[in-house]
Amino acid sequence: MIMNEFIEWISQPWPWYVAGPMVGLTVPALLILGNKTFGISSSLRHVCAICIPSGIPFFSYNWRKETWNLVFVLGILIGGFISSVFLSNPNELLIAEGTKAELAALGITDFSGLMPADIFSWENVFTGKGLVFLVFGGFLVGFGTRYAGGCTSGHAIMGISSLQWPSLVATMSFMIGGFLMTHLFLGPLMKLVGF
Amino acid sequence: MKVLEKQADEFVCDAPNAQVDGEKGLALVKYLILGILFGIVFVKAEIISWFRIQEMFRLTSFHMYGVIGSAIVTGIISIQLIKRLGIKSMAGEKINIPTKEFRKGQIFGGLIFGLGWALTGACPGPLFAQIGSGFTVIIVTLLAAVAGTWTYGRFANKLPN
Repeated sequence: MIMNEFIEWISQPWPWYVAGPMVGLTVPALLILGNKTFGISSSLRHVCAICIPSGIPFFSYNWRKETWNLVFVLGILIGGFISSVFLSNPNELLIAEGTKAELAALGITDFSGLMPADIFSWENVFTGKGLVFLVFGGFLVGFGTRYAGGCTSGHAIMGISSLQWPSLVATMSFMIGGFLMTHLFLGPLMKLVGF
Repeated sequence: MKVLEKQADEFVCDAPNAQVDGEKGLALVKYLILGILFGIVFVKAEIISWFRIQEMFRLTSFHMYGVIGSAIVTGIISIQLIKRLGIKSMAGEKINIPTKEFRKGQIFGGLIFGLGWALTGACPGPLFAQIGSGFTVIIVTLLAAVAGTWTYGRFANKLPN
């Protein structure tokens, strides 16, 4: 009985003041567990180094020493599975009215899940929608994070936490890029792919 | 060959591993468990939601700013404690936090990542959690991100940095 209540309680969406500190605690946890620096986008580089190094100096390093990073992201994937199967929120996702109205105007119709089914579905993979949101978007994420030397975890959280100004510059650039996409390019791009 | 190895070592500076001893097998389980906990937080706080990222960039919700902001505050306090109390790693090593040198890439690459972040609604971490929570089509995004990383590596020395 108590167990059921507990499951019901943690199945509700977690507020920022619970989730944020938990994300932040990953920084000391990794440092203390094994002198590791928090950074997730590096895992993509290790995948390249293992599968397609192609003699490129950028991918010629001892990736075996970095296996922990791949184990960590595998854990994230399993964590996603556990929470969606056992701890899934029974209620509909609450989205800010302003954002809902703006996205509806752009052509989004399904607001029920964590991701809009109008965009992120297998049927869309070989269409303009898939090309822009999955392929082009993913490419920018992979190219940009490595060019910047880190992502939200490596720069925004680990870098700023250790008071390094280059990481603050990187984080501000992430945000500017996101604002530009959302307010300038997203509308025209969505029109282009048939929304 | 020796020179190449040294060069390659210098390259691996983004999320470095300062631990002297290599870790294999069971020693890696702790990172798996930490990853699982982290993945659960990602999903339960809806950080993996494309809609939450849109709210962040449309300034209609405080949620993501609260998550990232309080994560940074927690990180700052933790690192200060580790430094001031001289806390050591489990293997008894001195904890090493590498310095990030400023490069132009942090601006150019940062802008490019930001453009992709608003499209995919995910930074690299949430990509893995999205796949795990049943949005299997995100495998395509992940593969594209690997391709993007490879392309950067291929042309790294030709880009302004």
